[in-house]
Amino acid sequence: MKTITEQKPLAEILELLKDHKKIYITGCGTCATTCHTGGKAEVLAMKKELEAAGKEVTGWMVIPTSCDILTKYAIMDSIEQINKADAILAMSCGLGIQTVAAFSNKPVYPALNTLFIGWEEHPGHFIEICSQCGDCAIGITTGICPVTRCAKGMLSGPCGGAKDGKCEQKPEHDCAWVLIYNRLKELNMLDKLKEIPAPKNYSKAKIPRQVDIVQ
Amino acid sequence: MSLKQAFESGKFVITTEVGPLKGTDTTELAEVAEILRGRVDAANATDQQSSVMRLGSMVTCYLLQQHGLESVIQMTCRDRNRIALQSDLLSAWVMGIKNVLALTGDVPELGDHPQAKSVYDLDSVQLLGVISKLNEGTDMVGNELKGKPDFFAGAVVNPGADTEASFELQIIKMEKKIKAGAKFFQTQAVYEPEKFYKFMKRVEQFHVPVMAGIIPLKSVGMARFMNKNVAGVFVPDSLIQQMAAATDKTQTGLQITADLIKQLKDVCQGVHIMAIGWEKKVPQILDIAGL
Ligand code: SF4
Ligand code: SF4
Repeated sequence: MKTITEQKPLAEILELLKDHKKIYITGCGTCATTCHTGGKAEVLAMKKELEAAGKEVTGWMVIPTSCDILTKYAIMDSIEQINKADAILAMSCGLGIQTVAAFSNKPVYPALNTLFIGWEEHPGHFIEICSQCGDCAIGITTGICPVTRCAKGMLSGPCGGAKDGKCEQKPEHDCAWVLIYNRLKELNMLDKLKEIPAPKNYSKAKIPRQVDIVQ
Repeated sequence: MSLKQAFESGKFVITTEVGPLKGTDTTELAEVAEILRGRVDAANATDQQSSVMRLGSMVTCYLLQQHGLESVIQMTCRDRNRIALQSDLLSAWVMGIKNVLALTGDVPELGDHPQAKSVYDLDSVQLLGVISKLNEGTDMVGNELKGKPDFFAGAVVNPGADTEASFELQIIKMEKKIKAGAKFFQTQAVYEPEKFYKFMKRVEQFHVPVMAGIIPLKSVGMARFMNKNVAGVFVPDSLIQQMAAATDKTQTGLQITADLIKQLKDVCQGVHIMAIGWEKKVPQILDIAGL
């Protein structure tokens, strides 16, 4: 799984931290590192920016996987520097930020916006692939998600049609339904498109969610 | 005559479109209705067209009918979940609206409230299925209705899809819409009769009336804009040249539109004129086209 994140504008981060002088920074060695939003380089750059803005950075670390339970021990290892801070600035996805918050007794602020689960299509360019809707509809298309990759999340087929294979509504995206058509054609399964899918069960996407997985 | 009866009578059916304005002033609407009454079989009221917030399609339909004009309520899935869609359909029926055009709807990003949360709980095919259910006397989950509507439901199709994949997908989706309950179709704007003939040949087998979409050409700029931005719409160079050379652009635009209608008339069951600001000129177009 790869969670795609982007850094918030520095002005917004400084506004979030306006009541705090001493800051501890956490990064993440997994998704945020591959997104170049919360790896070592970005954490060090953030440290510099905060210092330039008059803050004192009491320490920093790049937690191997911020969302993992092991984050608890990473925080315990650095507790001295963390205790010297008024607040933590977390450079990870929403899951990582909340994990850091759960195991520390300092206010935690997000440095990143958590965007989506996706692929790096080409270096530095990320596209959304799954929005975790809880009722996976990929069976309709045998491999491409219409819920997330079509701008209207349509299950029954495309809108007025794409222009040159691009989405009519969001031209920077490929039209999901053209991709789906080409895939099913290649698989010799175009008949699949004749089925009318039942309305989706969006109750499975309602927040907050929880689940018991019986082992 | 209702829209359904108009199709059943075998006449060439003419519908047009009224875009509600932003605000509560409905004077213009009344004027347009007066001008169109008796000249068209029905008028669609658009539903927050292009995702721009304005007066609703339901009250617009109601007002059109007050002025003696049969109306078609456009209903998109962008702003309402399945509860609101069904409730609005029941309300529309109670207000005397008998025709509905089921649409998925443009994304909010295209309109004047781009930060709005979009809904898309259902898509147009599923909405047609829901309308069929209401007509049968139950809601979409099977609960019985006390008093049921009898909507005449329609849908849209784009006959000019640019690639093989898009074209085939349109045909497949049209078939699904019919299966789900669509009884007539209005198409995206047509400017290339040959392409439309080819499309009609393909869909003849469905035996469902198709109304060719007509958008009057107003200027060269408008033609170029559509060519660049609207999927499946292509204004040929010859028409653009004709507009460019014209001294009276309005007259030429109306003439081109009427000529198009004449060329399409024999292969389809009607036209749907989306006048976009030229609503009051629709009778003129029909006069020139001999309708
Ligand atoms: S259908 Fe839902 S779960 Fe499946 S890929 Fe799409 S968003 Fe993810
Ligand atoms: S162009 Fe394709 S991806 Fe975009 S809204 Fe239409 S069907 Fe969905």
